[in-house]
Amino acid sequence: MSGFSRRGLLVGSGGLLLSGCDRITTSPTAKSLLSLGEKASRSAQRLVAGNALAPEFSAADISPVFRVNGNTRPTAAAYLAQVERGFADWRLTVDGLVAKPMAFSLAQLRALPQRTQITRHDCVEGWSAIAQWTGVPLALLLHGAGALPQARYAVFHCADDFSGKPYYESIDLAEALHPQTILAHTMNGQPLSVGHGAPLRLRVERQLGYKQAKYVMRVELVASLTGLYGGKGGYWEDHSGYQWWAGI
Amino acid sequence: MKPRASFIDQGMTPAANTGMISGMERSPLILRIRWPVRLWHWINALTVFIMLMSGMMIFNAHPRLYWGKFGANFDKAWLEIGNHGARGFLALGGHEWPTTGVIGYAQDTALAFPPLVTLPTHYNLSLARGWHFLGAWMLVISLLGFLAYALLSGHLRRDLGLSREERRPRALLHDVTEHLRLRLPRGEAARHYNPLQKIAYLSVLLGVLPLIIATGLAMSPTMNAACPWLLTLLGGRQSARSIHFLCALAMALFIAVHLAMVVLAGPFNELRAMITGWYRLPPERQP
Repeated sequence: MSGFSRRGLLVGSGGLLLSGCDRITTSPTAKSLLSLGEKASRSAQRLVAGNALAPEFSAADISPVFRVNGNTRPTAAAYLAQVERGFADWRLTVDGLVAKPMAFSLAQLRALPQRTQITRHDCVEGWSAIAQWTGVPLALLLHGAGALPQARYAVFHCADDFSGKPYYESIDLAEALHPQTILAHTMNGQPLSVGHGAPLRLRVERQLGYKQAKYVMRVELVASLTGLYGGKGGYWEDHSGYQWWAGI
Repeated sequence: MKPRASFIDQGMTPAANTGMISGMERSPLILRIRWPVRLWHWINALTVFIMLMSGMMIFNAHPRLYWGKFGANFDKAWLEIGNHGARGFLALGGHEWPTTGVIGYAQDTALAFPPLVTLPTHYNLSLARGWHFLGAWMLVISLLGFLAYALLSGHLRRDLGLSREERRPRALLHDVTEHLRLRLPRGEAARHYNPLQKIAYLSVLLGVLPLIIATGLAMSPTMNAACPWLLTLLGGRQSARSIHFLCALAMALFIAVHLAMVVLAGPFNELRAMITGWYRLPPERQP
């Protein structure tokens, strides 16, 4: 055989076959099948997990190094100014479908009842790290602000962005009111570093890493996710097709 | 030896013929594989390929494996597939093996597993996850259906269970040497699955597949909340991930051997049996 290597031919024909495969995997039928699969996973997991707690670990299980991930330093001038001032005049806003919108300083959040938990963080990529988190149960803030009956999701607006596209995430109210869902300001006994989401990040312990929004500035209760940013409920959901249900 | 009752010979072969399967006579077709087994086989074949290929893409996102409850870039990995520039490597047990062109770096792609074997072909973790979890539903539902059939119909006990004679170490050893010499059963002996074949099928059905499902579930943070005992049993999430990978490797090896055996045993006859159910006993060897 001149000009062709057998291996080249093999790889080439494999490539043809695979581009066919790729067409199948992105067809509308495939997409509806995939979203059916996601819905099945969500319903089944909701059903079997109920309000069960995520496993908690002992201090001996804490990862020696908890790698930072995603954005490690927001670039917005307003955020950087807050870092300079030690978040002295930073405020967390809780608004949307609530009876009375509220704003909390970091000191006010620390003065509320706290919850400390040692939990595992699972990145969608496959790695895991264990740390101790301290913060305010989100349920406390939502009850304080008075969630309205039509509220279905909590949306977390963040100070960071990817190429100008703001980071945000959302969870449903069942997850938002779960006892381990906290807005953490302390990690392993230290104030949250900028790399890990200072001054405040979400811990929603039964979900993957991309749900654990860092640099949380505002919690908004909404009835629907459509119309918000890209409409799929989160930065990675909008821009890279990640599943909104991040329980698996 | 009195032949055990089996789905294989239920009224399908005239008893008079069974003694004649040798030499020049073409043996009659027998109904060897019932439709539920054939249906499950093909659904499972499709599903396992979806799972392996999308699984390799998911692995590409973090091609390192750990033991224990946690594990990330700064922790010690027991296995890593990576690349130094255009040189692929497999790091295992303190050694680094060059793997350029196969894994780590192949097809001009710096990924653990190259485009040829992943679903989708180009790096896309979210799409691979979508396929993997859809495939997982197919795998679990079809496996439960098949297990229910295999138990209720007697297929499991009759056709896959090893008889007392077959369980004797000497008989097993004999079967191993026969396989190593690539001498597969012929004639009447080919009517039933042979002992190694039964062991291989049982290991996949009752060992690898249940374990791969359990370890898959143990990687889900919501499932960890629902059944924390599973996580404890498996030794933590990163151990579960490692076992999941090893089970996938076992499945890949099983498929490779399975296909090789199909070729050795006569691909036309074997494929016909798995598609239509009808199988012709291969004639005895001439003395």
